[in-house]
Parts: sequence; structure tokens; C-alpha cells
Amino acid sequence: MLNRLNQERIVLLISVILFIGFSVGLDGFLSGGNILSLVQNVSILGILGTGMAIGVIGRGIDLSMVSTMVISVAWMLVMVNDGTNLWVAFGLALGFAVVIGLINGVLIAYVEIPAIFATLAMGVAIYGFGKSFLVGTDVVYLPQGESWFYQIGSGRFLGIPNPVIAFALVALIVHVFLQFSKYGRYNYAIGDNLWTARITGIPVRPVMMLQYVLIAVIALLAGVVIATSVSSMNTRLALSTQVYDVILVVVLGGIGLSGGKGGVRNVIVGTLLIGILLNGMTILNLSYTAQNIFKSIILLAAIVIDTMLNPRDEQTAQHGDI
Amino acid sequence: MRLRTTFKTVVTAATLGLTGLAGSAMAEPFDDGQSKDYYAALKGKKVGFVPLSMGFDLTEGWNAGLQNQADALGYEVMVRDPNWNTEAGAQAANGFIAEKPDVLILHPLDMQAYNRIVQKAMRAGINVIQINLKSVTNGDVYVGTDWYEMGVKQAEAVVNACGEGSGRNGKVAFVQGMLANPTATIAGQAVNDVFSAHPEIELVATQAADFDSSKAQAITSTILKQHPDLCGILGIWDGQDIGTAAAIREAGLEDQVFLVSSGGGNQAAACDNIENGNFDAYYSYDVPGQARDLNSALKILLQTDPEPGSAPFALYTPLKYITKENMTPSSCWTLEELKAHGG
Repeated sequence: MLNRLNQERIVLLISVILFIGFSVGLDGFLSGGNILSLVQNVSILGILGTGMAIGVIGRGIDLSMVSTMVISVAWMLVMVNDGTNLWVAFGLALGFAVVIGLINGVLIAYVEIPAIFATLAMGVAIYGFGKSFLVGTDVVYLPQGESWFYQIGSGRFLGIPNPVIAFALVALIVHVFLQFSKYGRYNYAIGDNLWTARITGIPVRPVMMLQYVLIAVIALLAGVVIATSVSSMNTRLALSTQVYDVILVVVLGGIGLSGGKGGVRNVIVGTLLIGILLNGMTILNLSYTAQNIFKSIILLAAIVIDTMLNPRDEQTAQHGDI
Repeated sequence: MRLRTTFKTVVTAATLGLTGLAGSAMAEPFDDGQSKDYYAALKGKKVGFVPLSMGFDLTEGWNAGLQNQADALGYEVMVRDPNWNTEAGAQAANGFIAEKPDVLILHPLDMQAYNRIVQKAMRAGINVIQINLKSVTNGDVYVGTDWYEMGVKQAEAVVNACGEGSGRNGKVAFVQGMLANPTATIAGQAVNDVFSAHPEIELVATQAADFDSSKAQAITSTILKQHPDLCGILGIWDGQDIGTAAAIREAGLEDQVFLVSSGGGNQAAACDNIENGNFDAYYSYDVPGQARDLNSALKILLQTDPEPGSAPFALYTPLKYITKENMTPSSCWTLEELKAHGG
């Protein structure tokens, strides 16, 4: 019984326990409004996590994701502020994200630089390029407009906050892609064993390119949700530790960094745990430092329990773990 | 007739005289007894500036003013941008100390990080100005906000809106910024002092959002779910408070929750947000005014060239209170204006 508990289930269990604990112990936690805002507050993290999952499942990683998000969307806002048509600006930003994805892909698939180094360098390069040539100031403000585009991050649809819907849509699309499309299945094969996949005849390099393009586009979408919800984009986010939070959500949910395992469901579980934790601790009015301590203890606990219940052995271990 | 000739002679002489004077003005500036020394004292001097980062409204605004005056008076302001990194900032400052500029302007992110650098620069004979954020160690000059005053004023604004006599319940929240920053440490102390003198105010939540608007939004939305009858929120910086405002708007509580913010008074960051109702009140430390103060401090130091540390002084910024009601087209500023004729 116990060894049927993999990390996803452990995290789910911790989430449920916390959820019940907070519901009993905290007034107002269980209200419908609070639950929605709980999910809403982590939906951007969830969208980014879903993108990152594509990379991690294919045994890659994209540390440039937050830079891509910040610079492409900030550039879009700069263009809109200068009078460019919203959709033209969005199209250009999308093009920018795709180009970044392609560059990442080429560096990793063809130049064969390990993903962690290629994207680490690219993250700095994107931020530097963007701040030098595309975006002058740290914070770019979003003009208010009539288009439904401005409602993506702020309004509600059928009572559900739009960021939650955006997260659900991205999660659904990526789920369908990973589970049912040819390239999604190739992604698992590559993550599981690159050389076997290659010998089997899978177009390994193009699939890896596709991974990074998808991640960059999802990063752009997450950025649009941020910008339309807080009416601005703060480029300084690229220098923050947000990308680690994203990896955390992915790994916490049970997508191993060794690749080939897991799916969107894991990201959702990981995201929900973080959401419940943050929400409960904010209601408890815990100090910033105390919140960080609790967050890290719970994360460590999840990993320790998983390691104890499912010890690594020769057969399941893979080289290439980060 | 004779008179006429005399008059003509006088006019001619005067014209010639004026022309002569004008001619000599090109070669030798008129000295009113002080101006010559003034220009001579400033010309060719070197000033180093280490902001905590370029690229945001405050530092870009100050720098625009600094460069305008430097160009006009023939001295040089060199900028090294550590991009929010304290170590890189310390390195940049040490680099400047080795080059021995006449004045070093520091903008520390953290109250402790530059303490030794300030001392080292002054020992090396360089006058030190700290702008808007101050290390614990004093330099020759501090130009900027008195963060305690800022905290008191913001807290009082919230007390006015929610405290005794307002007919409201006194429930307020404080969405802090980054914890080691003087704005948080000193203003936080001020806020506590004010609230403890007003027992009717109940501080239901104090949370830090790291100057990140998304975090501020998440925190505020949770606080509002928990306290739907919240009366007021203290913000700490406009770039972050816009996230707080978004959460209030989303909860449909714009009319109920009083949000007071602060910042440099940039048009897009401040006045646009006061205009559209995101911020109910705003304390501006008026970057164009600070740029002028900074330039004045520089002119004083370069002319008097005091032994570092021998005559310290401070130019605390008068805070500008802006609301929708008292806002005028000149309440805020744009970088274009400052670049064109700031300082």
C-alpha cells in the first residue's frame, strides 16, 4: 500500500491534509471566493509550470522562460504605448518568442549544449538584449483599452476569474499535445532515452526544437495574463527567483528531472499545493521569513518521503539527472 | 545744431563702446565677482554615480538632471549600473574610488551594504552624496526622502480615511516591499508608531511583496477575501501597488478600500493611476525636485571642496501629496521633460 505512494500522490495527500487543516482552522478559507482566488493566485505559476513540464519531460529545462515572458510582453506594451495596433504588437511579440524558442532549440539540439547552460545563458542574453534595445524602463504600464484582450488577466467569465480559465486552457492543450499527439509521445520517448528514441527513427532534434518553441510561446501567454491583470509588466521579474518556483512546481508534482515521466496532472497538483500553502499562510498573516521556512519544509518533506518510499535503484536510475 | 552733433557723437561712442564690450564678452566672461570662480570650480570635475539600477523612473530622472547640469557647466558624471546587484554596486563604487573622482554619488539598495564603501571613499578624499536611500553611515550629503516622515504621512492618510471620525471600522492592511530596504525598515517603524497612537486602527495583515506587483495582487486578493470589510491599505511603492490596486478592483471594492501609495511621481506610475482611481492618495518624492537638490549639492561640494566628512548636511525632500482632487497637469513628470530641461 505504502509503496504505491509516488511523489504525485504524496504531494496530493499533503495538499489534502493542509486543505482540511486550513478549512477547519481558518475562518473564511473554505469560502468559494477564497478557493477561486487561491487558484487564481497561482494560475500564472501553473501556466509557466505547464510550459516547463514539456521541457522537463523531454529531459530538458528552460531557465530562460521568465526572461522570455518578461521581455516579449514588455516589448509588446512598449509598442502599444507608442501607438502600434494591439494585435500587430502581439503578433510581433509572438514572433519574438518563437525566435527565442528556435535559438534555444538550435543551441540544445544541434550545437548540443546541455539545456541548463544554454538556457541559463540565453536568459541573461534575452534580458540584456531586451533592456538595451526593446524596453527602456523597468516597469512598463499597460494602457487601458476596450478590446477583450485587456480582460484576459482581470475579468471573470461565468464567475470564474479569467486567469484560472487561461490556466485551464493551457493545461488542457498541453495535456492533449503530450498524451495524444505524435510529437507529444516523441517527447516522452526522448526524455526516457534519447539514444533509443533516435535509433527508433524519431526526429529527435526537430522535436527538441519544438519543445523550446512551445515553452517560449507559453511563457508569452503567461506574461499576457500578468500584464493584463496588474496593468503593467515589471521587467525586473527576470532577475527574480521566479524560474525556480516554476521548476519547483514541476518537480514537486512528481515530474522527475530525469525526464520521460509525468504529465500536466503533476503540474496541477504541485501548483495547488503551493497555492494552498501561500493562501493559508497569508490568511494566518505569517511573516515573509516564516512563510519561506514553512514552504521549504513542506517541499523537503515531500521529497524525503518520496525518496524513502521509492528508493532509487540501478534499474530505475538514469544518468543525466540534474 | 551743435547739440545735435554732440548727441550724434555720444550715440556713436556709446554704440562703439557697446560693440567693444560685446566683443570682449566673447573673449572674457563678465565676472560679477563670483561667477568666474563658480565656473572655474566646476569645469573639468569628475563625478561618479552608482545607482541601484538604471532603467527605472527614479534613477533615469536623476541622471537626466545630472547630465543636463554637467553638460551645461563642463564637468562629467559617469554612471555605472549594477542592475539591482549589491555586490556589483560595491565593485562599481570601488572602481570609482580607485579613479578618484571629486564626488561619488551612491544609491544603496540596502542599509548596510555600502557602509564601508562610504568610509573608504571619504578616507580617499572623495566627497560622498547618498541619494534617496541612505546607508547607516553618513556621507557628506544625503539628498532624498525622510522615510520615517513618509511612513508617518502614509499612515496618517490611512488613519484619516479609516480611523476615528471617519465613521469606518478601522481595519487596515500593510503590503510591504523588500524587507532589508530602508523604505521597509524605517517606514515600517513609522507606521507602527502612528497606529499605536490610534487604537481604533486594527492592522489585520502585514505582508511583504518584494516590490513585485503580481505578488502584491495575490496577497491583497487573499487579504480581501479574508477581510471583505477592509477599509484601507498602505502601499509602499507605486510599481508594486498597482498590483494591490488590481486586486481591489477585481474584488469590486474600489469605493470601499482606501489605497495610499508613494513613489517618484512619474506620470505613468503615479498620476495616471490616481486619475483612473487605482490610487486614492499618493505621496510623491518628486524626482525633478530631487534632481535639482542633487545638482545643488554637487555645486556646493565642488565649489567648497570640503574635507570629506567635515561638513555633512542633508537635503530632505519635501513630499508632495497628490489626490484626484488636487492633481494638476504639473503634479507629475515624464522622462522626456526631464531629459529636455531637468535639473
